[in-house]
Parts: sequence; C-alpha cells; structure tokens
Amino acid sequence: MRVSVQAEDFDLSGALDGFGTAPGTGASVTFTGLVRDDGGDLLHMEIEHYPGMCEAAIAKIGEEAMARWSLTDCLVIHRHGRLRPGDRIMMVATAARHRAEAFAAAEFLMDYLKSRAPFWKKEVTRNGADWVAAKETDENALKRW
Amino acid sequence: MTLDLLYFAWVRERIGQPRERVETAAATVTDLVAELRRREERYDLAFSDLKSLRVALDQELSDFDAPLAGVREVAFFPPMTGG
Repeated sequence: MRVSVQAEDFDLSGALDGFGTAPGTGASVTFTGLVRDDGGDLLHMEIEHYPGMCEAAIAKIGEEAMARWSLTDCLVIHRHGRLRPGDRIMMVATAARHRAEAFAAAEFLMDYLKSRAPFWKKEVTRNGADWVAAKETDENALKRW
Repeated sequence: MTLDLLYFAWVRERIGQPRERVETAAATVTDLVAELRRREERYDLAFSDLKSLRVALDQELSDFDAPLAGVREVAFFPPMTGG
C-alpha cells in the first residue's frame, strides 16, 4: 500500500509503475479526480489539509479496504494547495484477484476519502471565495459499506 | 494541562490563527469549547454551532463529550471535503 499527500502534480503512468504486480493480481482499477468548474467562473481551488492526521487517516482507510476485499495492492495520492480547473486532484488505485473486488474497494476508498480524510476545499471564483460545504449525500454514501 | 489547539478551514479564518497553545483544566472537549467561547467574540462565533464542527484528539476523529485527560493536540474543523 502506498499513500502520498503532496502539493506536486503526478502522472498516472509514473504513479502506477510497479503497481498491481503482486502474485495473484487479476484486476486493477484506477480512479482520478479532477478539479471541476461547474459555474464557469472558478479561478482556482485551495485545498487545505491536516498534516500528519491526513496520512494516518488515509492509511487506516486503505488498510480497511485491503482487509475487506483481500486486495493485493492499494494506492492513494491526494494533492493539497492551489489547483486550477482541470488539474488532477487525487487518485486511487486498487489491485485484487477479480474486478468486482477492485471496483468495490476503489468506490469504498473514494467514499471514505470524501468525508473521513482531513481535507477542506475552498473555491475562489471571480465573485469571491467560499468553503465547499460537505454534502449529506457524501455522508449517506458511507452507510452502504 | 497544556494543549495545542489547531484550527482548519473556516474555523481557522474565524479565529484568525492556525494554532495556539493553551493552559486549561477542562475535563472534556465541550468544557474546553465553553472556556474558549468565554474568552473572546471570535471564539464565540467560531464555536456557535457545534453541529457544523468536528473535533480530532491527537489526530483521531472524536466526540465533543470525549475526555481530554492525556490528550496533547485538539483540532477543530468543519466536516471534511476531500476527494
């Protein structure tokens, strides 16, 4: 398992170098999150994080995913700092014997990262800046696990 | 006891600083919050709606009624919005 909380951008091929090569791996799923500009006026997003707790919280979520789906590998990269529309913000990758486990574990990781990893997003638009509020749907998404 | 208090996102902005060290005899997080709210208006404002806040004790998500005995770092922040 690898967890990285970083300001720097990443590229998928570099991040996946050597990933999912453990014996018994038959499926690998990757997900990449990008900064989306819904209103058409987003200048950038500020991503604040809690150093220390962030890595530990993600590692704990990753370990749970590894155990629940018998994953052969797991990767989480999450950026912080100033990001512009279209920038990569985070990625998860899972490796398992079969695709169902790899897909389910990736969704589990995404749902938990959204509301249990200590990150906060601030949207800076032409009209001002505002913190993104947590959605009830994100909290409800945890209940399916 | 001495506690390091950390504030994130709009809690940090309302209080006006990212961290501070306090001396307190508060038994629980709720007691600590009450003590802070009595200090100054900016704290009173930041902690006016506990439902919109989360707390972590020594970097573990916790509850407002949790005891502070043995704790060194208390962080206050809004619900997280990662991913």
